[in-house]
This record gives sequence, C-alpha cells and structure tokens, in this order.
Amino acid sequence: MKSFKILSVLVASVMLLAACGGGGGGGELKIAILAPLSGPVPTFGEMTRDGALLAIEEWNAKGGVLGMTIVPIVEDSQCTPDPAVNAANKVINQDGVHYIIGEVCSKASIPVSEIANAAKVIQMSPTSTNPSVTVDQNGVTKTYIYRACFIDPFQGLVGAKFAYENLGYRKAFVMVDQANDYVKGLAENFKTAFTDLGGEIVGEASYTANDTDFSSILAQIDEADPDIVYLPDYYNIVNLVTAQAKDKGMNVPFMGGDGWDSADLNLEAAAGGYFTNHYSPDSDAPLAVDFRAAFEAKYGKTPDALAALAYDATNLLLAAIEAAGADDTDKVATALNEISFEAVSGTITFDEQHNPIKAATILKVTTEGVQFETVVNP
Amino acid sequence: MQLQIRPKKPPIIVRPNSFLAWIGRAFMILLALVVSYILIRNLIEKPLFFVTNVINGLQLGFVYALIALGYTMVYGIVKLINFAHGDVFMVGAFVSFFAIERFDLHQWPLKIFPTMNSFIAIGIGTITTILLSMLVCVLMAVTIERVAYKPLRDAPRIAALITAIGVSFFLEYFGLLDFVFSARFIPYERPFDVVTWYISDGIHRMQSGETPPDNAIVVSNILIIIILSTLAVLLFLQFLVHRTKIGVAMRAASFDKPTARLMGIQVDQVISFTFAIGAAFAGLGGVLYAIAYPSIKTLMGVYPGLKAFVAAVLGGIGSIPGAFVGALIMGQAESMTASYISTPMRDAIAFTILILVLLVRPTGIFGEPEKEKA
Repeated sequence: MKSFKILSVLVASVMLLAACGGGGGGGELKIAILAPLSGPVPTFGEMTRDGALLAIEEWNAKGGVLGMTIVPIVEDSQCTPDPAVNAANKVINQDGVHYIIGEVCSKASIPVSEIANAAKVIQMSPTSTNPSVTVDQNGVTKTYIYRACFIDPFQGLVGAKFAYENLGYRKAFVMVDQANDYVKGLAENFKTAFTDLGGEIVGEASYTANDTDFSSILAQIDEADPDIVYLPDYYNIVNLVTAQAKDKGMNVPFMGGDGWDSADLNLEAAAGGYFTNHYSPDSDAPLAVDFRAAFEAKYGKTPDALAALAYDATNLLLAAIEAAGADDTDKVATALNEISFEAVSGTITFDEQHNPIKAATILKVTTEGVQFETVVNP
Repeated sequence: MQLQIRPKKPPIIVRPNSFLAWIGRAFMILLALVVSYILIRNLIEKPLFFVTNVINGLQLGFVYALIALGYTMVYGIVKLINFAHGDVFMVGAFVSFFAIERFDLHQWPLKIFPTMNSFIAIGIGTITTILLSMLVCVLMAVTIERVAYKPLRDAPRIAALITAIGVSFFLEYFGLLDFVFSARFIPYERPFDVVTWYISDGIHRMQSGETPPDNAIVVSNILIIIILSTLAVLLFLQFLVHRTKIGVAMRAASFDKPTARLMGIQVDQVISFTFAIGAAFAGLGGVLYAIAYPSIKTLMGVYPGLKAFVAAVLGGIGSIPGAFVGALIMGQAESMTASYISTPMRDAIAFTILILVLLVRPTGIFGEPEKEKA
C-alpha cells in the first residue's frame, strides 16, 4: 500500500517533469529499491528508502541519467530471505528492472544476489557487510553484485591507521574473542595494518563472551603499558572492560569498531575511547553537510548511516550508468570496477571482490555522548 | 559426592592403600609441585604483577564463597544440589538494579533527611538496597522449595536433582523474556562511587583521572566491602550453626531427619530456613558481583553458580569452612590461570578441578567419608 502511494506520487511527478522537459532523450530507467519496510527492522528500511529516493529525486531534478527519467520501484523485502527473493523476482521479471538497490540485511541480500547475478541485473547493497554478498561459495566474485559499505574486517585497517597516524600511537594491545568472527576479523586486520605501518603489538589477550571479570587481562595490559588497547567487540564487553579499567585507575584509551555503536554503551566508562563507523551525521565533509541539509529539509529527521549509505549506493550506481553511457549492465559493471566516486561517506573505489575501499568515520566517546572526530581514508 | 539413590551395597571407595589411590596421590603431588613451581617463579620474577593477581583472585573468591555457602548448606541438610542457586544470585542482582534505577532506593536517606552526612546516607541506602535484594531472594527460594522440592522430599534424590535443574532453566529462560529482564546486557548503576587506593610508599587515595605509579598495588573499596561482607556472613553462620537453637536443629536434621522429627524438631521448617539463609547470601553475592562487574544479564548466574558449586565440592560439600576455603582456591585458580596461561582456559581449569577432586578425593578438603546411617 505504502509503495503504491509512493509510486503514484512519483509517477505523477514524472509526468509533470516529462511535460516540462520534453527536450531530453526521453524514456525511463527503472531502479528497484528493496528495503525492509516491515519485519524486524522497519526503521532500517525507512531510512534506506528515504536516502535512495532523495538521490533519485536529485538526479531527476538535474534531468535524469543519460536523458532518461529515473523511476524508483520500492518493494518491502522484510529483511528476510523469502520475501526478498519474491520481491527480487517480481521487479526483475514483471517490472523488467536492470538495477536493484538493496537489501539492507545480509541474509536477505545473499539470496537476492544469486537471482540478480543470474539475470545479469546489477545489485548494489547499501549496508550488507557479509562477504558472501559479493562472493560465491567458490570464492568467485559475482559479476553484477556490489555494495556501498565496507565489510567488517576493513575497520581494523582504518582503526590502525587512525591510531598510528592521527593519534601518533606506536604500541598497541589487542583483545580478541576467538569465538567471534566479527571480533577476530577486525583484530587480525588491525594487527597486520598496525605492524605494517611500523607500530608494535605489545600484547594480545583472548577472552570468551561469557567472561565478566577482566582484571587479569587488565593486569597484563598494565604490565605491557601500551598507548592504546584495541577491543573490537560489542558494547556489552566494552562496558565491562572499560568500567573495570577505570576502577583500576587505568587511563589507556580503548578503540573498537561499529559494535560499540549502541545506546547502551556506558559513556562514563568508555569516555576517551574511539571507534570506527560508516557515517556520522556530524561529519564536516562538504558533501556530508549538504546531504544532511537536503535530507532534513525533505524528511524532517536526521539521517543515519543507513540513509547515507543508501544515498551513496544510489548515486554511485547512477554515476556508473552515466559513465557507461548506456543502459547495459555489462558496461555499467565495467564502469563500477573503474569508478572513483565522491560519496557522502567518503571516496569509493572497488576492489576485485566488489567491496568498496573507502574512508571510515572515527567517533570519539565522551561522557556527554559520542562525537564525530574525523574521517580516515585507507 | 553421592548423587545417586542410596545404593544397596556401600559405594566403591578407593581404599587408601590401593594401587589406584597411590597413582592418584602421586599425580596430585606432581601437579601441585608443577603449579607451585610456576607460581613461585612468577612471584620472584614480577612480584607486583603476582600480588595484583592475588587481589583479583580474592575478589572473585569471596563472591564465590557467598554462593558456595548456599550450595553447601542446602546439600548438608537435604542432600540436594540446588542448581537454581546461581539463578537466585542473578535475581539478587536484578532486584538491586531495579531498586536503584527505577526507585532510587539507594538515595532514600538523602531524600528524607537532606542534611545527612552523605557517606552515612549512601551507606544506609546501599544496605537497604542489599537487604531488599536479599529479602526477594529469600521469598523466591522459599517458594521454590515449597513448590518444587518439598513434594519430592521422599522421592529418590535424583528426581529432586533433575527438578533443581528444571527450576534453574525456568528462572533463566523466564528471565530472558522481554517483559521480565530481557536478553539485553544492562549497564548497572552502582549505588556508591568506586574509591581506589594505591599502595606504594604508604596508602594514597586515587583522584579521578590519576594514574597510579608503576610500582603500586591498587585496591578498591569494592574489594574491601566484598571481603568484609563475606567474613561477616561466615561469622554469622558459625554463630548460627553452633550457638543457636535453630542451628542445633539444622545440625540434627542434617544428621538424621527421622530421629530429629521424633525429637520434636520441625524438620520442614528447618529446611525452609536453610534455603532462606542460602538464598539471602546468594542475593548479597549478586548485588556485590553486579557492583564489582557493572553489567548484568539474565544468564549471569550460570558460570558463577557452577564455579561456586565446584568450590563447594572442592572444600567438601556440606562443610561451611570447606565452601569458604574452596571458593578462595577457585578464585586464585581462575585469576592465576587467566594471567599465566590464558583467559579462555580458566573455565576449563575450573571444571578440571571438579573432575580431579571427584576422582581423587570425592569428599573434598574438609569433608569426611559419608557414614552409613542406620
């Protein structure tokens, strides 16, 4: 129902535009937006849809892409494999789209990517971080599938760079939960990147997700005397570790990844720490400032990472179509492989696995809240 | 430990002079030598690091002692391993969380008497919060005992044991529901501020943001409160068990229930009372644990509960001093394993201790081999 409403509004506006423009190349370019508008994460879906629609509106205002008006088709994919597959089949077979923005959740993006890749339809997921979205079981990159966000382990690299170059730290201690792939991926990348830069890993300690008492590890950290402790776990572990460190009078800063991003993060304890994330609305990059203003003017709410990444994903795709010079997915895929695109969340280029190499946002934790610190390019 | 239905024949006990016992003993002595060698070497190499680890171990050990006491008392009197005990501990932490977060119970003296000395006011407020948690735990434990264990008093012991596991699962997964405690990790707001001292040349109170010098030992008020409360609880228990009428009744019921009943002792009430006392200590332990490690979740009681159980078995289940000594050993074992081997090994070591104790000396340090009762 909702999608129908949006569709009718857009069709009306397209007709209006067509009536005014007239002189353009004519025709329309359909882009499907698969977003979880119902299901477990409806707010993710709304933000994604709003970000993508804002980008399309801006392109249409400039005269569309290659003279064609862009027509969005919004489908509710529910962050769940089955509805997402149904939506993907519908937009590909009935609507005949060649381009899909979505899905948000990796578990829905992966089955969609198989359908899209087989149908030679370009899929650009804004926020799915699972490596299998763009790579199949045999490790072969799916030709037509891309994403606009960096994958999780990449944050370790950016974190190391920030700690070494911006903060000037040379000695790092790494804490890792060996049973958690997310934590392990970030920690491994951090270690490699930090040593490659010339830093030293002065110690490493592992723990399990059940642990509550971290005093032994903290004693080891005190012994090793690092400049920074890398703890890329979720907020629950971060809360326990930082609170106990503070009790012991340890002032060494902690650093982590987007697992820290939670309303339940204990600001008092984690104050002084840093974490990497995809985007911050407080970013001072000119593009990010413009995007925030446009988004707030249109929707009356502050954009979050999902909106920014959906906006980036849409712009990236449209820029690639323009660069390719034709509505031909093979040419667009080639264009994407070579693109270097200025996006809200940083300059994006793609590696051979179709994962973007792009800047990450560094946030600083203070007792008042989480603040934007800087943007670090890899 | 004898969890099975009373056997017809006396259980097979490893005789002191048998070959197996010698192997077991030699193995234990060898193990003890290796462990003490490693510890002494580390003590000499980095004495300060070692002392810090001992202090960390003490904090854990004293909390485990509070839980282990409940296990050992209940076992002593009804020969039941009350596996729901760790979850009573969790409920204690959550009750204090709600009291502090929702009702500001820890600040009530300041609200009524705004001119009061803030130290005393916070002290009274914290004690009130702890007492409330203990009370809720007592009510819960007595209810559990009445509903789940009492109807099984004459059933085989294994039935009661399985029921205890069921009650434990019920509490854990009922607590996980969203309208109860939910599955979230909840940051715990401490009722009082942490004060730390460092000891290097004399005792200094640490200011916020200050880093202690390298050669200092850091001690917090939480550690002191945990140690003092546990010692107070132990003294209280010694007094209760050996100097009061209910203590005599407890000992009598533990020794021989039918005869105790014939002597006019209300055995059912004594059993309820034992559960209540154990739950009160678990509640106290839960609050102290949450204050020391300020993030709580519904499954937080599982591991401390299991480790306290190992501590009780190690000390000799049924023995009060045994539970205390066992808990201190467990605390040190964990702390030392985490520091000198690796953190993920500490759970493995804890349960290895359980297996070794059961193999080599099933009655634990303070336990006596069970006598056959008429």
